[in-house]
Amino acid sequence: MDAKTGLFYVFAALMLFAAFKVITARNPVHAALFLVLAFFQAAAIWILLKAEFLAITLVLVYVGAVMVLFLFVVMMLDINIDSMRQGFWKHFPLAGTVGAIIALEMSYVLMGGFREPPKAANAAAQVGAQVSNTKELGKVLYSEYIYPLEIAAVILLVAIIAAIALTLRARKDSKSQNPSEQVRVKRADRVTLVKMKSVMPEPSLVIVEEKKA
Amino acid sequence: MTLTLGHFLSLGAMLFALSVIGIFLNRKNLIILLMAIELMLLAVNMNFVAFSYYLNDMAGQIFVFFILTVAAAESAIGLAILVLLFRNKASINVDELNTLKG
Repeated sequence: MDAKTGLFYVFAALMLFAAFKVITARNPVHAALFLVLAFFQAAAIWILLKAEFLAITLVLVYVGAVMVLFLFVVMMLDINIDSMRQGFWKHFPLAGTVGAIIALEMSYVLMGGFREPPKAANAAAQVGAQVSNTKELGKVLYSEYIYPLEIAAVILLVAIIAAIALTLRARKDSKSQNPSEQVRVKRADRVTLVKMKSVMPEPSLVIVEEKKA
Repeated sequence: MTLTLGHFLSLGAMLFALSVIGIFLNRKNLIILLMAIELMLLAVNMNFVAFSYYLNDMAGQIFVFFILTVAAAESAIGLAILVLLFRNKASINVDELNTLKG
């Protein structure tokens, strides 16, 4: 058993432990932090698989952005944990059965079918020693997969707009200008011209004085 | 004893099973449900990276890249909807979100 295998078992055990704590933690903040731990272990395993760029992306994008977003939301919402935990262990027999069946079946099939000693891995290691993983990924991504890349960019744009549009709330006490109304305004709405004669007749003072007398 | 593809695929399978259990257990808490979905995506990504390494094909890593993009967009929109729900109902209990009577 070489060092790589030992490291794999350490990372895998820590990752499964963190995943278990994510689904059973009482406090959602603890769950989010254990999810961060699970992502770190996954990144370490990906480095064992010589996928450095994806491992670094996982840490930067997931731990740096998505999990911080999760923590923000968890801390912003005032959640009653006890009412959330009602019936938690009621579903456990069903959940444990389904999960165990999935894990055992898949492990049985996979360990039976994919145990042969790796031959292609040696070739991959030689290629990986010459060209960096990031360069290799970039070459394929920007040539063969350029249209999917642009679609991914559009998806991110949609996500930005949707997230802002969903949570934007117009406050009544804040004063702001309405640009569309400002653009649409006509001269007639703002200025009224009053027609007047340039010379007014002199008021007849004589008649008033006569009445007084 | 060297690492084989089976080791990584089994790890992915176990992670996926754990997140399925998590979805069953945390039926009421929407935030933990979203986290379990993230764990599932991580398990799928693990399989892709393992196959990419053992079959010496970059396409698997490209696919992981796109899955990461879509998952980031999904969690951003999901959390926005969650905040909106909490603002309107003062609760994120899944059992109370039955106004559509689906």
